[in-house]
Amino acid sequence: MEMSVTAAKQDAIVFKKQSQAKEIWRRFKKSKGAVAGLCIFATIILGLAFADLIAPYELATKQHLADKLASPSSAHWLGTDAFGRDLFARIVHGGRTSLTIALLATMSSCILGSALGAIAGFFGGRTDSIIMRALDIFMSIPDILFTMAVVFALGAGFTNLLIALTLAYFTNYVRLVRSQVLNLAELDYVEAARAGGSSSLRIIVSHILPNAMGVIIVNTTLNVAKIILYESTLSFLGLGMPPPAPEWGLLIADAREYMRNAPYLMFFPALAIVLSACSINLIGDGLRDALDPHLKS
Amino acid sequence: MGDVILDIRDLTVVYKTDLETVEAVNGVDLRIGKGKTMGLVGETGAGKTTTALSILRLLPSNTGRVLKGSIAFGGIDVLALDEKKMRDIRGDRIAMVFQDPMTSLNPVMTIGEQIAEALVLHNDGLGKEDIEGRVEEMLSMVGILPSRKNEYPHQFSGGMKQRVVIAMALACEPELLIADEPTTALDVTIQAQVLLMIKELRNRLGTSMLMITHNLGIVAKICDDVAVMYAEEVVESGTVEDLFFGDRHHPYTEGLFGSLPNLSSRAKRLVPIPGLMPDPSNLPEGCAFEERCGKRMDICKNLHPATATSGTHSLRCHLFNGGPER
Repeated sequence: MEMSVTAAKQDAIVFKKQSQAKEIWRRFKKSKGAVAGLCIFATIILGLAFADLIAPYELATKQHLADKLASPSSAHWLGTDAFGRDLFARIVHGGRTSLTIALLATMSSCILGSALGAIAGFFGGRTDSIIMRALDIFMSIPDILFTMAVVFALGAGFTNLLIALTLAYFTNYVRLVRSQVLNLAELDYVEAARAGGSSSLRIIVSHILPNAMGVIIVNTTLNVAKIILYESTLSFLGLGMPPPAPEWGLLIADAREYMRNAPYLMFFPALAIVLSACSINLIGDGLRDALDPHLKS
Repeated sequence: MGDVILDIRDLTVVYKTDLETVEAVNGVDLRIGKGKTMGLVGETGAGKTTTALSILRLLPSNTGRVLKGSIAFGGIDVLALDEKKMRDIRGDRIAMVFQDPMTSLNPVMTIGEQIAEALVLHNDGLGKEDIEGRVEEMLSMVGILPSRKNEYPHQFSGGMKQRVVIAMALACEPELLIADEPTTALDVTIQAQVLLMIKELRNRLGTSMLMITHNLGIVAKICDDVAVMYAEEVVESGTVEDLFFGDRHHPYTEGLFGSLPNLSSRAKRLVPIPGLMPDPSNLPEGCAFEERCGKRMDICKNLHPATATSGTHSLRCHLFNGGPER
């Protein structure tokens, strides 16, 4: 009798409840790449959050023609551009707009695309056909043309840029999530959930989407990088944020003319883009592994 | 019959695709008394699972159709309910245990969350702690340490998973439990454990049960009544005594028993039933078993036999057209 009580106690200790977030964090920590990514990304975010303390906004916009195209020095850490504006300040402040737009656009395209994809895949039949055919029409227009049209129609600016990027990027989520849902909806546990009285919405939200999460997260992190680049493309074409607001894509576009004499003008903004994109990808990989209970050890 | 929990009459279900119409259930009559267990026996494709799914109205929505017949559950016409009312019944008053425990649990939810789901859906009044308490109670009832409720399905073995599935189904104390071959995916020793547990819980909770199986041993062990299905229809039904000790049987039932090994007699060979079940999209005009039957008569080819009943024992065969005499 006493034996079994002790055994039960021991088991209770072994199977002690560990909170979900703690558990995910424990597994996330195991991946060195993911932790490195998180550190880099956290540094970037902190830097951008306290941008005004590091480099006043004035430095980024006020022209000092006397100092134009100065090489990196103690006065201007990363040098100055053709108008004598401090490059470091421009990168730090530009990152605010760039990253905010990229993250928001990724999130909104992910939510819009996943919702449509889940609905199409789960209900099938006519709903599926209508959504997918509409998507086909959507996708047959070249991305860049489509976004240009949207920005021209609505005018350049933060919100409109967000709308344009969302519309350009939600399509691949629809296809991705739909294909996942088509597979998952056939599984027994979905049938079991239905037999337990769950509604369709509940089945999608609590049974199907969590199982498709790994794929969605990886795709999302890859997309952040793509959207940062795409946004630069738009800025390059003059459809991004209106100048003189600094923005990473715009910085690179401007630097193009001085590539021979002042390569740092192009190098540092590009480095900022690469670092943020890489760190987000690393975080995504780590998160995917940490969220998958199969790999739990 | 007094208290009947489930009354299926003349149920006919078809699966309709662009190419063909497949008859999946053809004029099935089933009656389950309160607290009784009905065994539904038959080979793969005989329409057992389709019958079960129609009770819960879970037929694949784009192909499955109930053509005629009625399903009454506790006096409610299940086929006439709207989707919302149907959802209230599923999981709360009728629960189902699926065949394969490996795939019927969601891999990214803890087992505690999955058992709690039906409770949350069907008991608005319950607080978080009540639900947690009930989950733990269910787990210990099926013989799993309540402290394991925060673990994921992959951390359990097959038999343990089936226990979890059963705990999920019983969480709301349903009036009717449909068990679709609950032990087929388990190995023999675990089968015995799970069956014993199902039997015990059924007795304790007084749940009525529809046990779908192709194992006659299970039927003998836990069922009160049996229905044998062949080619989409019930060919013989009665109490367990009628089936196992009665002297008149449908030739198909005889074939089923003939193909079982027997411990007490020294048969050299088992006697399988020759041939295959007819194509459900193209059923013969006469008796569906005619081609494989050892006792076929001229009439079998042309006329579909009607059901003849005597007492609790029903047979659908021309041999007993006057009703099985006892």
